[in-house]
Amino acid sequence: MTDYETIIGLEVHVELKTKSKIFCPSTTEFGGDPNTHVCPVCLGLPGVLPVLNKKVLEYAIRAALALNCEIAEYSKFDRKNYYYPDLPKNYQISQYDLPLARNGYLNIEVNGQTKRIGITRIHMEEDAGKLIHQGTIATSPYSLVDYNRTGVPLIEIVSEPDMRSPEEARAYLEKLKAIIQYTGVSDCKMEEGSLRCDANVSVRPRGSREFGTKTEIKNMNSFKALQRALAYEVERQIAVLQEGGRIVQETRTWDENKGITLPMRSKEEAHDYRYFPEPDLVPLVIDRQWVEEIRATLPELPDERRNRYIKHYDLPAYDATVLTATKEMADYFEECVALYPNAKAVSNWMMGDLSRLLNAHNMDITRCKVSPRQLTDMLKLMDRGTISGKIAKTVFEEMFATGKDPEQIVQEKGLVQITDEGAIAAVVEEVLAGNAKVVEDYLKGKDRAFGFLVGQVMKATRGKANPELVNRLLKEKLHSS
Amino acid sequence: MELYYLTAHELHDLLVKKEISAEEICRAVFDRIDAVEDKIKAYVTLTRDRAFARAREIDRKIAAGEEVPPLAGIPVAIKDNMCTRGVRTTCSSKILYNFVPPYNATVVEKLEAAGTVMVGKTNMDEFAMGSSTENSGFFVTANPWDLERVPGGSSGGSAAAVAAGEAITALGSDTGGSIRQPAAFCGVVGLKPTYGAVSRYGLVAFASSLDQIGPFTRDVTDCALMLNAICGHDPLDSTSAPRDIPDFTSCLRDDVKGLKIGVPREYMGEGIDPAVKEIIGQAIELLASLGAEIEETTLPHSRYALPTYYLIAPAEASSNLARYDGVRYGYRAEDARDVVDMFMKTRSQGFGPEVKRRIMLGTYALSAGYYDAYYLKALKVRTLIKQDFDRAFEKFDVLLAPTAPSPAFKRGEKTGDPLQMYMSDICTLAVNLAGIPGISIPAGFVDGLPVGLQLIGRPFGEGTLLRVAYTFEQHTDYHRRRPSL
Repeated sequence: MTDYETIIGLEVHVELKTKSKIFCPSTTEFGGDPNTHVCPVCLGLPGVLPVLNKKVLEYAIRAALALNCEIAEYSKFDRKNYYYPDLPKNYQISQYDLPLARNGYLNIEVNGQTKRIGITRIHMEEDAGKLIHQGTIATSPYSLVDYNRTGVPLIEIVSEPDMRSPEEARAYLEKLKAIIQYTGVSDCKMEEGSLRCDANVSVRPRGSREFGTKTEIKNMNSFKALQRALAYEVERQIAVLQEGGRIVQETRTWDENKGITLPMRSKEEAHDYRYFPEPDLVPLVIDRQWVEEIRATLPELPDERRNRYIKHYDLPAYDATVLTATKEMADYFEECVALYPNAKAVSNWMMGDLSRLLNAHNMDITRCKVSPRQLTDMLKLMDRGTISGKIAKTVFEEMFATGKDPEQIVQEKGLVQITDEGAIAAVVEEVLAGNAKVVEDYLKGKDRAFGFLVGQVMKATRGKANPELVNRLLKEKLHSS
Repeated sequence: MELYYLTAHELHDLLVKKEISAEEICRAVFDRIDAVEDKIKAYVTLTRDRAFARAREIDRKIAAGEEVPPLAGIPVAIKDNMCTRGVRTTCSSKILYNFVPPYNATVVEKLEAAGTVMVGKTNMDEFAMGSSTENSGFFVTANPWDLERVPGGSSGGSAAAVAAGEAITALGSDTGGSIRQPAAFCGVVGLKPTYGAVSRYGLVAFASSLDQIGPFTRDVTDCALMLNAICGHDPLDSTSAPRDIPDFTSCLRDDVKGLKIGVPREYMGEGIDPAVKEIIGQAIELLASLGAEIEETTLPHSRYALPTYYLIAPAEASSNLARYDGVRYGYRAEDARDVVDMFMKTRSQGFGPEVKRRIMLGTYALSAGYYDAYYLKALKVRTLIKQDFDRAFEKFDVLLAPTAPSPAFKRGEKTGDPLQMYMSDICTLAVNLAGIPGISIPAGFVDGLPVGLQLIGRPFGEGTLLRVAYTFEQHTDYHRRRPSL
């Protein structure tokens, strides 16, 4: 059976979070009653003209620099012509042959190795509105249209076909999201549509130098959907080829419920967008000095931050990668270590219990009720011996659920650790007396029996006994008897 | 002379001397409209009540001793492709028959600031596509000099209104000659400014890289006053030029001594009516006798102006007019099965035949596989045409040519043959492609029909055009003649 190689390239749309739209003063705020964030310009009324929002250009340059692109000295806008009711002018102002930026890259980690994924180009364009249907588009007796999103600035980031698996594609998109978020030009919220991704996928026999016929996959609304859709599509293409069939060049849509991709339109049905230079806007001549000024204000980006964490906090590479995956996570980490210098302990809690609870509640860290101060206060309680590591897990769950301070939880629930030797020794005596058979086993050399005895002491103290004291006292008593 | 036939500067003198009021001027113009509009049909919409309210407002200012600007109280007609807040703006198209803009075009704001009184919105070829105003989706406008003839186009309503005394001045738009050619046909002054001199914000686009708004007036002095009012950078129009504007009245000097005027031979050759040539010849002699140095010159790529124009303008139009789909405003076809059907029915029923022809031409020129051969080639030829002018202006201050190859033609004479109709803009198209200014002034009559003289200037050389035009006017009386209606 032929071994196939997967080729993936991504086209990513990112909404820039400027205050006003790309070509008019209307607000870009998400939500709002339908058709309230509009003006004659973004509604495309007769006679209106676009004027480029300079902030959009600045943000786009900022993102492009963070992705290691070359910024064009001369760029222009073009019209992309197609009819759709959510597009008020029935053309989209975009960039065609002279995009803002080219030749960038970002690095992803693949099996512990760094892999560079090329970025072909980045261009600016305006977003379209939204159609709203009763039920589905097929069954709804009407379409309603909301133009609030019309004219929100977008950048489209087109990658090289450098990814070789759905996992790499996901890693690329996650890294892209992290970098853009770090630059502060977008929220990159997939669920709100401020980060959208289409994929070009093909397969070829391993060793072949020519690309196979590609399909374009749309409608993938999460990282998970991206990975699933690509995995499905790769399998589908290989199956077609193995049955002696041919891949049809077409656009396919991901059906999240069925877990399959479905044909949307063929190459023959593809739009002829009739691009031509936008005569209502003047070409952009981009000042080099301005570009350098923007470059100078770029923040520390994920890779730099990761390396700093390894060097400065002595964290393992894995920890550093996970902690810097989002700006919010890394910021949280740094707030913690400013209050509590044991970076590895902070990292363990963030990557362990905190991440587990966030995932379980499908939350990101910005909505977490536990503040960095509270997390570090809890770590300090552990260091002081007020609570044990085991109790801390219980305390943390309560903190996560309620946002209360750890001291308060410990007080309210009576979770203060028992460090009184006499009190623990008494419990130890009781446990030993009540488990003569186990003691015997232990003395015959069964090490596991010791663990059982520790568990019994902890149980009797409802987990509050200091584990080190329990260990020491148990051993002393066993060996003296 | 009747008030409605005076110029704006004459009326201003009477106003400030308090011999007449703005309300009286307004009444004179509306009485004239009541008397002749049935024959001329210059207006799509009249704004009578607003006009009188506005005129009385100006009168109150004058009575209060305020100094009013030179165009205060002057009745102005606006071509119906410029947006007027609260007043419907149709482009003489069924597809916009009910469109009431929520905003003013920048020129409309500027004219309001200048104190003018809007009389109404004038008829035009649908979406400014045409040369006779016969392509209006509503009705045909007559030439005040001969009601059987067309007023020219596409700004025929504005030209006819000024010529017939139904407005004192007017605004038109010129994409390939749409101000200058009707000005010539109707015996008035019409100026197309340099591309970027006047804001296009609120001008319903036909061909964005060619469209420019300009004035119709009865003489060159009024033309300078109107330019003063409408020129200037507009932050709402990225293509408007960020430059200081001079006081154009300072260019009104009776002096052409030493000015170098070139006469491109391509504009005086085949296809130009001999009677028109004779009138242009007389104008050349007059200007030469006044000290201008006049020489023949050449614009070798002129012959390509028409095909170049008819690729670029329709290409842009095909995209500009895509928004008229019945979704948001304007006409919407009934009984559509689905959204695509609604688009198609709305556009099939809403647009007239010439607009459809140009949308098809433009869509074709931009299509995959044809773009390089048509649209891109046209852009390159456009550059060559512009370079012809650049070269000519190294030597000459002004170029001189007929505005149109013939005087006004008869209604229906060219409607059956689009190419014949397109040829009537043969003398004006290249000026739009080059983005430079051009003016048409009354230069004589053939069988009682006015003939226009076109002067073409360097980019932002409107001042020189006004100077030559003003000098010509001081030594002729064609601009003082009025049609008898």
